[in-house]
Amino acid sequence: MEETQEEETDKNIKVSVRNLTKIFGKHPDEALRLVEQGKKKQEIFEETQQNVALRSLSFDVYEGELFVLMGLSGCGKSTLLRCINRLIEPTSGVVEIDGANIVTMSEDKLRQVRRTKIGMIFQSFALLPHRTVLENVGFGLEIQDMSVAEREEKAREAIDLVGLSGYEESYPSGLSGGMQQRVGLARALASDADILLMDEAFSALDPMIRRDMQDELIELQARLNKTIIFVSHDLDEALKLGDRIALMKDGVIAQIGTAEDLLQNPSCDYVERFVEDVNLSRVLVSKDVMKRPEPLLPPDSGPRNALRLMEEYGISSLFVAGKDRMFRGLVTVDGAVEAKKREIPLRDVMVTDSPTVLLDTPAQELMPIMAETAYPVAVLDTEGRIKGFIVRGSLLAGLARLEIEV
Amino acid sequence: MSDILPVGEVAEAVVAWINETFGWLLDWITMALDMLISGFQDGMAAIPPLILIVILAVLAWVLTRRNLKIGLLTLFGLIFIYLLDLWPETVLTLALVLTSTFVTLAIAIPLGILASRYVSVNTALRPLLDLMQTMPSFVYLIPAVIFFGLGNVPGMIATIIFAMPPAIRLTNLGIRQVPIELIEVSEAFGATEWQKLIKVQLPVALPTIMAGVNQCIMLALSMTVIAAMIGAAGLGLNVLIGIQRVDIGGGFEAGLCIVIIAIILDRITQNVISSGPDK
Ligand SMILES: Nc1ncnc2c1ncn2[C@@H]1O[C@H](COP(=O)(O)OP(=O)(O)O)[C@@H](O)[C@H]1O
Ligand SMILES: [Mg+2]
Repeated sequence: MEETQEEETDKNIKVSVRNLTKIFGKHPDEALRLVEQGKKKQEIFEETQQNVALRSLSFDVYEGELFVLMGLSGCGKSTLLRCINRLIEPTSGVVEIDGANIVTMSEDKLRQVRRTKIGMIFQSFALLPHRTVLENVGFGLEIQDMSVAEREEKAREAIDLVGLSGYEESYPSGLSGGMQQRVGLARALASDADILLMDEAFSALDPMIRRDMQDELIELQARLNKTIIFVSHDLDEALKLGDRIALMKDGVIAQIGTAEDLLQNPSCDYVERFVEDVNLSRVLVSKDVMKRPEPLLPPDSGPRNALRLMEEYGISSLFVAGKDRMFRGLVTVDGAVEAKKREIPLRDVMVTDSPTVLLDTPAQELMPIMAETAYPVAVLDTEGRIKGFIVRGSLLAGLARLEIEV
Repeated sequence: MSDILPVGEVAEAVVAWINETFGWLLDWITMALDMLISGFQDGMAAIPPLILIVILAVLAWVLTRRNLKIGLLTLFGLIFIYLLDLWPETVLTLALVLTSTFVTLAIAIPLGILASRYVSVNTALRPLLDLMQTMPSFVYLIPAVIFFGLGNVPGMIATIIFAMPPAIRLTNLGIRQVPIELIEVSEAFGATEWQKLIKVQLPVALPTIMAGVNQCIMLALSMTVIAAMIGAAGLGLNVLIGIQRVDIGGGFEAGLCIVIIAIILDRITQNVISSGPDK
């Protein structure tokens, strides 16, 4: 962790949180004293009936970063997110946005910051049912008293950005969940805010749509260079999206780091329990964490077919296997594009040395393999037939599931 | 009056005092309401009945977002009334009911908004509203007569008080039921309290508030016959005379007109927005 912090000191700090504490209840003062004495949440609740949701949190979010707040339900993610734009009033501590302390800011200044710097996206979409898509997207601009013409123009741009052109005059009730959340995203983008707060923004969507939205978010962020704080309870999602991930537990941050940090140097008991508890991860083997190999690519297939399949399933590589399901290798999207361009058979661009494991390889041994490779790892039976595959996310998610069940 | 307890005397003294002290206010209210009703009534009377009926039918059709059924219902309902030769009475009843409703809403909606925002207002209003809703409608005639005498205005005053509770309650309820995320949206995007009310809370609560408007109109209509007992004119008076003179035919015709107006107004208010956004 030391290392990563040093590496990143050259980046601009966008949001800085220092000693942030939030206590729900009528008499937070006494509870606050107990927090400072280091008493546990449970003890404080028994003594004072006050609910300590966040206790003395400190972290920075850098400009242009996609920062994920991860943790089990009730650990305080939503509360933390809402303290950043002060939808929830912190009990004590400092939240700085571009160097200005939000917590002590006057109502007027705060409103200005909310209007111009921070956009928010909600799990339930939170669209106004009586407004069209265009009017919903223009909501934030309307609040700023922008002229109708100007705000419609900006709203249309934002709608275009999220791929909803043509739906401007539709009402939210007529749209699918994924489309509704695009409207929510466009609304946050329309005001040109450079910070986006997303609370379980994709949790209400179907898995397929959800994956699409995640991909698009990554792409949008790369293009627009927003600073995004994304709340999720799903490890898969966190590992996929997060430039850095903060793992929360009971109102504190257990560990902050990149996905690799969490996998390789779990410095906190929370993650450590998954990785280091030999007994737990010994019982967990490839079979338990693998996903079904989605479409398999027939060995004689052409590059166009491969690209079509990748697009359809939203994946960036395909395993190659014949009718016998014997594993031959793997084709990446880059490989397929090259094959198409140079009009050579896929065989020539197939990766044959990607790592493979057996059905009963323990999770413990998977960890270093996963950290080394950029490819998904194929899971084979003893004959060499492909049974499934593992990506980083599915491994940690598998471990997390185990933790929850235990 | 009882000789042992001078309750009656005390009441008379209090009323006399109020009349003396607030006489100017009562006069002013009487004048304002009178103007409202006669303005409404004269305006409608100035238009030839059949033309007015067509205008009203078109208005009903437009208000309900081109609901043809309701437009035709209004047209034929009103023509039926016209053929019964009760048009002037109907115009007066409409004037009374709609102005009463207008005044009721002008008081009830702001009160409902206040009750939704301030716990203190809510706690103060609740027992009062409970009391008002359990009281028989005849009771409202007493203060109306005492302070405003006989005629259309006291009839309206009784109607306004009687029709007030559901409009307050439903406005309050509608605003409180606005989902918390929508409140968060308006705050997160930097809305002022006023913007939040106007752009989020009221529009989202509108279906519930309209249910309150609907109930308000129905209660006001239900008061027409009762208000006739203290001198309010219109269809209610015809019904009352029908009862007093055992004139079954006349009473029935006027009663039927009230029912027709009730149905028309009910359909219109129920469809003004419910057929709204979801196409
Ligand atoms: N408005 C509130 N009043 C009291 N307690 C609350 C309130 N909001 C959240 N909490 C408590 O704070 C803790 C954290 O909640 P939350 O931030 O919603 O968790 P998460 O989003 O991680 O599921 C929980 O114990 C929850 O019960
Ligand atoms: Mg939450």
